[in-house]
Amino acid sequence: MFSQVANSILRFVFLILLQALVLNNIGLGGYINPYLYILFILWLPFEMQPWITLLLGFMLGFFMDVFTGTPGLHISACVFLSYSRAFILKLLSPREGYEFGLRPNIQEMGLAWFVTYSGIMIFIHHFVFFYFEAFSFNEFFHTLLRIIVSSIFTFILVTLSQFLTYKEKSR
Amino acid sequence: MNNLLNFIWRHHFTFLFLLLEVVSFFILVQSNKFQNANFLSSTNEISGSIYAGLNNLTEYIELKKTNEDLARENARLNTYSKNSFIKISGDFLLLSDTVYKQQYKYLNAKVINSSTTKRNNFLVIDRGRVQGIEPGMGVICSNGVVGIINKVSENFSSVISLLHKETKISAKLKKNDYFGIASWEGGNYEYATLSDIPRHVELIKGDTIVTRSGSGIFPEGILLGWVDEFEVPPGENYFNIRFRLSTEFNRLTYVYVVKNILKNEQEILENDFKE
Repeated sequence: MFSQVANSILRFVFLILLQALVLNNIGLGGYINPYLYILFILWLPFEMQPWITLLLGFMLGFFMDVFTGTPGLHISACVFLSYSRAFILKLLSPREGYEFGLRPNIQEMGLAWFVTYSGIMIFIHHFVFFYFEAFSFNEFFHTLLRIIVSSIFTFILVTLSQFLTYKEKSR
Repeated sequence: MNNLLNFIWRHHFTFLFLLLEVVSFFILVQSNKFQNANFLSSTNEISGSIYAGLNNLTEYIELKKTNEDLARENARLNTYSKNSFIKISGDFLLLSDTVYKQQYKYLNAKVINSSTTKRNNFLVIDRGRVQGIEPGMGVICSNGVVGIINKVSENFSSVISLLHKETKISAKLKKNDYFGIASWEGGNYEYATLSDIPRHVELIKGDTIVTRSGSGIFPEGILLGWVDEFEVPPGENYFNIRFRLSTEFNRLTYVYVVKNILKNEQEILENDFKE
């Protein structure tokens, strides 16, 4: 239990620093900006209390906002994502429910499940984030294009990171 | 009362969500109104020092290109120095020589964090109130205009980049002084838009666009970019000009903060005029 919490805190710090110091500097063609840090929410265990997820989402968004100087932007997107997570998990749950101790990753849930899960989650986060950032529907299609392209890029990174941690998990 | 508490307890997840979302939305709207005023001042120092640490490591990568830029700028400044000119008039003409009064002062600064991919981009520089920076000062680099100082903490300042929805810079065509407004409409960070140039002006691709010093934030004649594409939308009297920015926002390292010594004077005069 203790090591799990310590692990989560480490992952929290690592993902924020990775996002702020490395990934935010990636800008291909001025459109693509991957937001890999939401991996923290994607990877939370199934049996995590929903309200704790909300608070964690709030904290995650807050620290990202501090680093990017965009007050409220990451918070609102992350809180919304944490809220949607409960319903998406319900929607995608297997007939007999989630087995205790399973984690939402490719190795334990299978590729098809993970692709649907992370695809929906990433799109929701990016949708809220980019429209709140533009703060108007004036550039509706332009923003939508940015959402789609960035979502695809984030999705690729999320999937890759799954395979990077593969060996460690299947011992 | 008991029923109400029960109801809230049963739906605590949704209520907590609504509470947090409202809080964050409030912060977001406030910041749009006051341009990050309260949020940044308290957090700038912490994230600023982390970025400064990282920057110490990464600035070596840019060093070669930075040296080239600085050498080029030195060469340009040398051409303006007194030694590069010879006197062509007799000594007595000096009597009517103009006495210059300095209007702008420059302070060099280092960019420790910046973005180009967002709709509204900011930079953070390693100079703050202690070094005499104030909100509203202009920021330029050796290649052109960068942005305007937004919020100042003790040792760091945030800069609203030219690549921001709210940034409007008074600009003119260098060859004939017709002026308009330069802004950025999102998308590619290498191009921006110049509007309000009347349709009868003769334009060719590659015309130089410089600042106009209308608001006293930037000195006159700082390079903005070069005309790339232009068209007159049907039924309108003004050009829609897309121009290539001279500043390379994705690799900004050293910048200058411009202090206008006479700005106060200009503002007082303009306020009188309005009343």
